Amino acid sequence: MAYDEVLRGYEPVLGLETHVELGTRSKMFCSCATAFGAEPNTQVCPVCLALPGSLPVVNGVAVESAIRLGLALNCSVASWCRFARKNYFYPDMPKNYQISQYDEPLCFDGHLDITVDTPDGPREFRIEIERVHMEEDTGKTAHMGGATGRIHGAEYSIVDYNRAGIPLLEIVTRPIENTGDLAPLVARAYVSELRELVRSLGISDVRMEEGSMRCDVNVSLMPRGATEWGTRSETKNVNSLRSVERAVRHEIERQGGVLSAGGRVVQETRHFQENTGGTVSGRSKEEAQDYRYFPDPDLVPVAPAAEWVEELRAALPELPAARRRRIKAEWNLSDEELRDLVNADAIGLVAETVEAGAPPADARKWWLNELSRRATEAGTELSALAITPAQVARVAALVAEGALTNKLARQVVEGVLAGEGDPDAVVEARGLKVVNDDSALGAAVDQAIADNADAAEKVRGGKVAAAGALVGAVMKATRGQADAGRARQLILERLGVQG
Amino acid sequence: MSAITRDEVAHLARLSRLALPEDELDQLAAQLDVIISAVAKVQEVAKGDIPPTSHALPLTNVYRPDEAVPGLTPDQALAGAPAVEDGRFRVPQILGEEE
Repeated sequence: MAYDEVLRGYEPVLGLETHVELGTRSKMFCSCATAFGAEPNTQVCPVCLALPGSLPVVNGVAVESAIRLGLALNCSVASWCRFARKNYFYPDMPKNYQISQYDEPLCFDGHLDITVDTPDGPREFRIEIERVHMEEDTGKTAHMGGATGRIHGAEYSIVDYNRAGIPLLEIVTRPIENTGDLAPLVARAYVSELRELVRSLGISDVRMEEGSMRCDVNVSLMPRGATEWGTRSETKNVNSLRSVERAVRHEIERQGGVLSAGGRVVQETRHFQENTGGTVSGRSKEEAQDYRYFPDPDLVPVAPAAEWVEELRAALPELPAARRRRIKAEWNLSDEELRDLVNADAIGLVAETVEAGAPPADARKWWLNELSRRATEAGTELSALAITPAQVARVAALVAEGALTNKLARQVVEGVLAGEGDPDAVVEARGLKVVNDDSALGAAVDQAIADNADAAEKVRGGKVAAAGALVGAVMKATRGQADAGRARQLILERLGVQG
Repeated sequence: MSAITRDEVAHLARLSRLALPEDELDQLAAQLDVIISAVAKVQEVAKGDIPPTSHALPLTNVYRPDEAVPGLTPDQALAGAPAVEDGRFRVPQILGEEE
C-alpha cells in the first residue's frame, strides 16, 4: 500500500533496540581476544565454549563503558544490579543461554535529542531511552545446503564461536510516537546520532557494515485517533543507516496493506532483505517468559559506587551535539553547511583534520568533495576510507605551501587510499612535486611558445588573456606538475609583457 | 493442585527442540510436578524478612582486567565437537520445523 495513503489512516509507533559491540581487548566474561576477522574458533576458551567447570568473570572496562554510555544518554545508573541468564535452544550460544540483564539494567531512564531535516526546516525530537544493559554477543552461524546460505531450506549449520562472549551493550528506546510521515527519518537520525555518541566516547568502532553496531526495528501502526498501539513486528539486524530508514518505511507500507485489507498484523520477527529493501517473516516471536530469565548464580552483582559514577561523568568528552554547536560557531557555518557535514557523517573527521592543522574550509572541502566522491564510488562510508584526518591535513598543507596543485593533491589522495603510505611517501614514490624551478619550467615554456606561435604573437601584441593557452600547453607538457602561476610569469617575461 | 501442566511440558519440549511422545508428556508432567513441589517447600521457611538470594557469597564488583590471553587452539576447541566442517562446529539444521 502506498506510503502516503497508509499515513492518512494510521500513526506509526517505533521502537529501536540497538546492539553495540564494545571495542574491549578481551571478551565480556573471559580473557579471549576480540579481533574482527580472525580464523574461525581461534579466539575461544573453556568459558565461552561453555565447557564444564568453567566460570565467567566480568570485564571491568566493559562495565565502565556501559556506565559512560548511560551517562552520555542522560540515564540514571543503578546502584546495584545483576546479570541474568536468557535461556534458549539455538546453537549460536554453546551454553544454551546468553548472559544478559533482565529486570535490573545497569542504566535506565535517559534520552537522546535528535534533529531531522524536513522541507520546513530542521525539527527536533527527543527519543526516550528505556535502558542500556550489558550482555554478550553470540557466535556466528552459517547455514549450509539449500539456497545460498539462508536459514530457510538449510540442511545444517556451521558455527564459529570467536564472536561468542564479545561485550555488547543493548540500548532500548521507549515507544516513539507522533512522528507521522517522518518516522523512517526519525529512526535513521536516532541511530546516526547514537553512533556518533558511541564513537565520541571511544568505546566501539561502531562499524555497521562489520556488525559492531546492529539495529532491531520495531514498528506498529494505530488508526489515527486511537489510543491503543497496534501489534508490532520486529525486524532484526538492520545494518546500515539507509536500511534502518527503508525497513521502517517498508513495514509501514506492509502493515498498512494488511490492516486496510481487514487483516491482522502478526507479532513476529522479520528479516530485512538488503537487496529489495523489504522484510520477510522469520520465526514467530518467543514470549519473554519462554526465555526463563533468572539471575546468573555464577556472577556476583555489579554495584558501581556513586563516587566512581561521578568521576566517569566528569570525565566524559565533549558530546556530539555540543561539538556541533561549538563547531558551527567557531567555523562560522550556515545551517546548510552544518547539515551537509552532518549528513555526510563528516563532522568528526573534519574536526580531527582541523585539529591536525588544516584550515576548516580546506578540511571541509576535502571530506565533502573528493573523499565523499571516493567513498560513494567504493560503496563505503566516509569513515571507512583508508585515509586518516592527519593525512588529509598533510595533503592540505602541501597544497597550501605550493608543493602540490589541487590536481596533484588528488593523485596523492588516490595513492594514500591505495595503501601506498603517507602523503609524503606517495609524493616521493610517484614523483608528484610541483615543477617550479625555472630551469625545468623554462624548457617547457620555450617549447610552448614555439608550438603556439599564434597565441604568443597575440600576447606580444598586448592580449595577455591569450597566455592561458600557453600555460595550458606547459601544464600538459609537465603532466600537470608545473606551478601554473610561475609558468605564467615566465611566459609573460619571455614575451616581454608585464603580468 | 499440580504445579505444572501437561501443556506446559509440551511447550517446554517445543522450545527445547525435544520430540516427546504423548505418554512421556504425561509421565514427565507428573515427575516435574513432584520435583517442583519439593523445591517449593523452601518458600515455607523463606519469610518476608529474608531477601531472595541469587549468590552464595556476599560479594559485589568482582572484575577482571581487560587483557587478552590466548585460549584454546582450534584443534582443542573442536576436539569435543560431534562434527566439524571448515574449522567450525557442524550442527543440525536450525528452525527446520517452521519452514
